[in-house]
Amino acid sequence: MSGAGIVTWRCVAIAIAVAALVAVPFAIKEVYYVNIASQILLYAVFALGLNVLVGYAGLVSLGHAGLFGIAAYVVAYLLVAGYGHALAILTALVVGLAATAGFAALALRATGISFIMITLALGEIIWGLAYRWISITNGDNGISVATRPEPFGLPLGTPPGFYDATLIVFLLAVVSVAIFVRSPLGAALAGTRDQPRRMNALGYHVWMTRFWAFMFSGLLTAVAGILFVYYNEFISPQALALTASAEALLMVISGGAGTLLGPVVGAALVVIVKNVVSAYITRWNFMLGAIFVAIVVFMPEGLVPGAVRLTRSAWRASRPKQ
Amino acid sequence: MSALVVTNLNKSFGGLRVTTNVNLDIAPGERRLIIGPNGAGKTTLFNLITGEIAPDSGAIALFGRDITRMPSRKRTHLGMARTYQIITLFAQDTIAHNVTLALLGLSPLRWNPLIALHRQHHLAARGHEALERVGLDHIAARPLAQTSYGERRRVEIAMALAQNPKVLLLDEPFAGLSIDERQDVRKLLTAIPRDVTIVMIEHDMDTALELADRITLLHFGEVIVEGTRAEVVADPRTREVYLGD
Repeated sequence: MSGAGIVTWRCVAIAIAVAALVAVPFAIKEVYYVNIASQILLYAVFALGLNVLVGYAGLVSLGHAGLFGIAAYVVAYLLVAGYGHALAILTALVVGLAATAGFAALALRATGISFIMITLALGEIIWGLAYRWISITNGDNGISVATRPEPFGLPLGTPPGFYDATLIVFLLAVVSVAIFVRSPLGAALAGTRDQPRRMNALGYHVWMTRFWAFMFSGLLTAVAGILFVYYNEFISPQALALTASAEALLMVISGGAGTLLGPVVGAALVVIVKNVVSAYITRWNFMLGAIFVAIVVFMPEGLVPGAVRLTRSAWRASRPKQ
Repeated sequence: MSALVVTNLNKSFGGLRVTTNVNLDIAPGERRLIIGPNGAGKTTLFNLITGEIAPDSGAIALFGRDITRMPSRKRTHLGMARTYQIITLFAQDTIAHNVTLALLGLSPLRWNPLIALHRQHHLAARGHEALERVGLDHIAARPLAQTSYGERRRVEIAMALAQNPKVLLLDEPFAGLSIDERQDVRKLLTAIPRDVTIVMIEHDMDTALELADRITLLHFGEVIVEGTRAEVVADPRTREVYLGD
């Protein structure tokens, strides 16, 4: 197939995928499943953000739930204090970015296992603050949010309305990541992942390149945190726990780190198993674990690149030998 | 003004002195060959000059500007480029992308997160020019993983040349190459104009001596002989520690 043909097919596939996503609230009448779809999209935004670091920068973070939770707590705290949605969301983004800068300044002193341990420690500090700083966070009882915003008169109080808003944010997140990874800064980031010493010798500021990637990752994570608190209308320390960071990491790795669609597929897998399969199987954790083991064994590169590889192999095998 | 001046440079790793009072004065356009037995500190000297490791004492100046404490990446922006003894490239990418990364390293565009890199046609054109110089333009779209060792060596040199360096440091550019590939690389290095100063580490004396104007012999981190090709080859200390009888 020619290059132009591939581009055309890609455009058609994207159009069909977007149309299918838009049609979800119409096709699925049950509110429960519309809410599940909203959850998939908001966690996909979270996983897309984490993937910027894990997949494109080669930096595995186990503290991203902390950044996710900070944005969610800021929204909840300001709304309870009587401020409006716009101010709460903007402040959450600013505080989320400031916290990301702090995380980055500390964690980027190292790479590899040390980077993982620093992010884990930072995430645990944030979780500890959420759990113990009761005057601000209400401790284990969490903070409830009474209302959802109504941007441009669109009510987000209904499941389809919230889904539509989440879908718009999700699509913006996908497009922004797609633009980023194809940009010079994205190419530089991938270079620092593969050959940091070489990139330094070529004139790149490796630390600063990673810092900006961290900021972009933190921005998407904060956006996901804001969606989360509005979706649940509640935030508690559980959302910031190490298990939440690990789940997001599993979304990225199981779907395919360093790919655009991988984190989306990974988010869908984790959310569906957690919410849907758990209704039928008591030990759903066991099943999730078994799925991950199967992915690691049969598609170590993740579901999306693994499926592409297997499809190509099958296609080649089906062609008549010349 | 000298292109590169190294003054009383010292470096130790723990109790091991790897560079001891090294002095170099390399003129603009000069081809300087650094030789010495394995472990003499040649690559360490390159790493000190390029800023990948910091010296314990001494000074380095590039065209009269003190760069001793300057980060490695800034030295690249001042016109210093290098290749590595162990080929250090981006194996997942194409040859063209490798060279584009080299060009992008010196461009303010490298901070841009919004434009599409593959649409920066001026970078692609300059990349093809650099690849043409090393004879790889016809396979620019080939993934690096599908290239031979000799081609990768030439990609390394193309990346360095693409940055239009004033001082080019080549760490064993002939290592691991076949006889034909050596001839190709030798021709390529000979064709580099004299506005580029070249400092080269090389063990292949037959090939390297043809290129060198002056030679510095390192032994246990110290400069023990320095001079023209004839002077260094004739020096008994060169035969004793490096060439043999």
